[in-house]
Amino acid sequence: MEQLLQQVASGLANGAIYACLALALVMIFVSTDHINFAQGELSMFSAYLVWQLMQWGANFWVALPIVALLSFLIGVTVERVILRPLHSAPVLSIVVVFIGLLAIFHSLAGAIWGHTIKDFPSPFPNIVFAGSGYIGPHQIGMILMTIVLLVALFSFFRFTPLGLAMRAAAQNPASARLAGIRVDWMLALGWGLAAAIGAVAGSLVAPAVYLEPNMMASILLYGFAGALVGGIASPGGAVVGGFIVGVLENLIAYFGNLLEKSTGVYVIGNGEKLTVALIIVITVLTLKPSGLFGHVTVKRV
Amino acid sequence: MVALLEVEGLKAFYGQTQALHGVSFSLEPGGITTLLGANGAGKTTTLRAICNMVRTQGSIHFDGRPIAGLATEEIVRCGVGHVPEGRGTFTNLSVDENLRVASYTRSDKAAAERDREMVYEYFPILKARLGQQAGTLSGGEQQMLAISRALMLGPRLMLLDEPSFGLAPLIVQEIFRIMRRINAEAKVGMLLVEQNAALALELAGHAYVLETGRIVMSGKASDVKSNEAIRKSYLGY
Repeated sequence: MEQLLQQVASGLANGAIYACLALALVMIFVSTDHINFAQGELSMFSAYLVWQLMQWGANFWVALPIVALLSFLIGVTVERVILRPLHSAPVLSIVVVFIGLLAIFHSLAGAIWGHTIKDFPSPFPNIVFAGSGYIGPHQIGMILMTIVLLVALFSFFRFTPLGLAMRAAAQNPASARLAGIRVDWMLALGWGLAAAIGAVAGSLVAPAVYLEPNMMASILLYGFAGALVGGIASPGGAVVGGFIVGVLENLIAYFGNLLEKSTGVYVIGNGEKLTVALIIVITVLTLKPSGLFGHVTVKRV
Repeated sequence: MVALLEVEGLKAFYGQTQALHGVSFSLEPGGITTLLGANGAGKTTTLRAICNMVRTQGSIHFDGRPIAGLATEEIVRCGVGHVPEGRGTFTNLSVDENLRVASYTRSDKAAAERDREMVYEYFPILKARLGQQAGTLSGGEQQMLAISRALMLGPRLMLLDEPSFGLAPLIVQEIFRIMRRINAEAKVGMLLVEQNAALALELAGHAYVLETGRIVMSGKASDVKSNEAIRKSYLGY
């Protein structure tokens, strides 16, 4: 039982990161219908930037806001300089650009900081508390930070005029233009916000998986699975989906181990976690492409 | 007197297809002008061309200022409120949010607030539906919302694309009655595109008739109305 609770708790912690990435993917998807395959590498690059600032003596809590801002600018620049000229290009060209961006940020990180694994200290104090047996301080910190981030984003989109303008631009660009909204800039802002969210996600997950250029590869897949489970066009759904995927992967591995112990037959275990994510992706795409919280869009033709 | 809108030699293209072949017309400040024509004559295209929503050539002056080539959102910011074909509702946003989106660019918040009160006065039903998701409104209410969104921009000119489309006759009458009031009270010039020529000629002071991307006739609405050819082609009696 204790182990089960532990698995759920750590699943929630991982799920928090998947939720952040899922949200970053959804941010770009709702306004452009594109999946940013480079999202993971951008987060990894941001995590390296935080690490670098910390190497230079900065505190994590100083470095993170600086890097979030930097990542925001990187996101805006990528949209304005690279994607804007391609706004009417076919989807496959955009996909190739995303893969190119992925490769660029991957090699850039490798070239600047090397491919050896680096230790990334947890920003949260290592204290013993009531539930310590089930969940570590870093995991609690990840969940709390994610919740703070989500509440801030929700408030931004729900209560500020700029947030409303961004939602309007994503939903109906033609009408938004007719309301005088500079839709192109809203897209760029969406990219910037996605990159900033990714920076937080990358810096939170780095202490758990160690810092290296490949660190986000599988995490992006989980984030993608989370976004699909919740509904790729639904920000709230993507967040819930991220948590669901986080808990699910741990539980499946846990029950797989249990089965092996009692029957001696190995069916599924820790090694197959990523497979689980891919199975989730395929299942959702087959059975309910709009996700748990997405709604089917009907187009009049 | 400077014309509110001066269009000269306007051409519009959808890909390789040319939809307008050099259309010229002008609008007096504060008046209502209607563009008539059969399906595919280029009425909607003319409105879209004014707001640079299709590829265009030619010159367009709004209030004496050249606006051809400006981005749609910049033209709108000059004071052109476009009520698009199909109403352009933000279906997932509430009625209140739809109105707030429309006043996003206003720097004078007090004026925006006054315009909102004006909108409530014209369309009290919208005030009752503020919290409702706009996609769940009836067609007539969505048309009222679309006109209100344009009004919330504080425009000097409104481009209205088939405001009667798909609505019950009683609702259409109500909307046209309010458009007349808006024109008179808010001093907003209007360029109206309509299938329902009889209705449009009743409201408008001036009319242009489009045929396959060219203006073939223009004049006072009353003259156009009594023209035999027009009556046969567009009024159907």
